[in-house]
Amino acid sequence: MAVEWYLVLSALLFAVGAGGVLVRRSLLVILLCLEIMLNAGNLALVAFSRMHGNADGQIFAIVVMVVAACEVVVGLGLIVAIFRRKLPLNVDDLRGLKG
Amino acid sequence: MVEVAFFAGAIGALGGAIAVVGLRNPFYSVLALIIHLTALAGLFLLLYAQFVTAAQVVIYAGGVMVLYVFVAAYVGGVEEPAWEPIPGQRILAPLLAGALFIEISIAVLGSSLSGLGSEGPELPLGFGTPADIGQILLERFLIVFEAASILLLLAAVGAVVLAGRKPGDGETTGAVSAAGVMGFTPDRGETAPAESGEAG
Repeated sequence: MAVEWYLVLSALLFAVGAGGVLVRRSLLVILLCLEIMLNAGNLALVAFSRMHGNADGQIFAIVVMVVAACEVVVGLGLIVAIFRRKLPLNVDDLRGLKG
Repeated sequence: MVEVAFFAGAIGALGGAIAVVGLRNPFYSVLALIIHLTALAGLFLLLYAQFVTAAQVVIYAGGVMVLYVFVAAYVGGVEEPAWEPIPGQRILAPLLAGALFIEISIAVLGSSLSGLGSEGPELPLGFGTPADIGQILLERFLIVFEAASILLLLAAVGAVVLAGRKPGDGETTGAVSAAGVMGFTPDRGETAPAESGEAG
């Protein structure tokens, strides 16, 4: 399989994730769409690693996975904190920065 | 054979991603993301990234998704109103996503990267195995490895601080406030009286 197929698939997945972030209003689904975008980047990194025959790209993919795990943990902590304060989990309602 | 595996993985990954965006129930979206991640792990295996595949399945589809499932079950569904704060957002957002796809595709395919040979070079035996990745990670990328461990520790502590704090006695209940979420208000429950009691 040519590497271009993987890169086009990665671009398509990134576009789907970006569209999801723009369309959806639920905080949880927006985090899921961010995961899709990060994984599209991972796919491109691993495809480039295969293309150059160099495993450094796979290290980058692993570091991206670590950063994504941190982002998930902090994001889910925020969601739980928002939910426990009985605030709406809708990003359109959560635009005030000051009480 | 490789083509069949690629298209099966691609359909799984793309279908999972579209299902995440399209399904109304967040719980089903989380389950669709698990399908997406597993299909993507198959694609990683086709690219000879064995360790990344294992990490994807174990960490993402196994660990992170369990967190998501718990939070989705805890929080429940969110009603998304039909009205649009930005006029035409439902039409403009897919258009913008399509434009982004076309732009990235032009940037990737139109570059001179294809001069390197699209199939990629012959790989040495053991490329992408845990031994190979571990050697690179602990020799050339040692500082990155240590920085990642510090980042994970900070994220874990931050999540406990954010989610473990008791909400105050209705100080922000019903009000739309991000400052209240972050706990910037000084009177937030039992901690302040307990401290004053100790001081007295």
